[in-house]
Amino acid sequence: MPEITSLARMENLQRLTQFVAKQAQSAHLPARRVRKIELAVEEVLVNIFSYAYPDAEGPVSIACQTANDRLIIEIRDIGVPFNILEVPNPDVGAQLSERQIGGLGAFFVRKIADEVHYRREEDQNVLVLIFDHHSQDTSTFQIGA
Amino acid sequence: MEIENTGKDNGRFMVAVRGRMDAVTAPEFEKRILDWIDSGETHIILDLEELEYISSAGLRSILTIAKNLKGQQGSLVLCALQDAVKEIFEISGFNTIIPVCGSSEAALKET
Repeated sequence: MPEITSLARMENLQRLTQFVAKQAQSAHLPARRVRKIELAVEEVLVNIFSYAYPDAEGPVSIACQTANDRLIIEIRDIGVPFNILEVPNPDVGAQLSERQIGGLGAFFVRKIADEVHYRREEDQNVLVLIFDHHSQDTSTFQIGA
Repeated sequence: MEIENTGKDNGRFMVAVRGRMDAVTAPEFEKRILDWIDSGETHIILDLEELEYISSAGLRSILTIAKNLKGQQGSLVLCALQDAVKEIFEISGFNTIIPVCGSSEAALKET
């Protein structure tokens, strides 16, 4: 199973998302879907970079596998317990002056992935994102024309 | 990511943004635009025709810029979004708080 591990730092973001994009491309997912998978992974990673290790540095690892026409991405860190599924949804209908950005990244992750599973495994956060190869996400997410 | 001032048209400061606006590049984008605002450019059109990717970090920067301009009676219009970027705007509801036009010509009429 292809896997990458690096320090959970912003400067490693593009290397990590590029790894995922490469795996998604090898699984023959369409370019537009690959971009969205990169987006979901970026949002997860930025959360880890910002909150997992408040007092020190730590690692993050990403493993990808394809099974039954699904791309399964497992992201692990050994930082403070954090479940992205518990982040409240942002108010996407708020006006400009009231609009807050918090929670938007977690919202994207839940919207884009077909499935999101979180578990705490000993001292690790394990987040699993699953993307169906045949998911018609363009129709699922189209809001208006 | 590339950020380029492509001129000024009818008092509107035109900026083309190309490539990827992610958590690494968005702060640079935000700083460039805020510098232009500080130097007096308060009516800005962002041409996103060649922007391939945007994440919540990019949206955060655009929100900061929009709020800043609104606070000084300025304006921000986005134009020529690629489908993938447009979709992120729609999912986040940003298309309802920031004017988005199909082309720079339409954006000039908007502001």
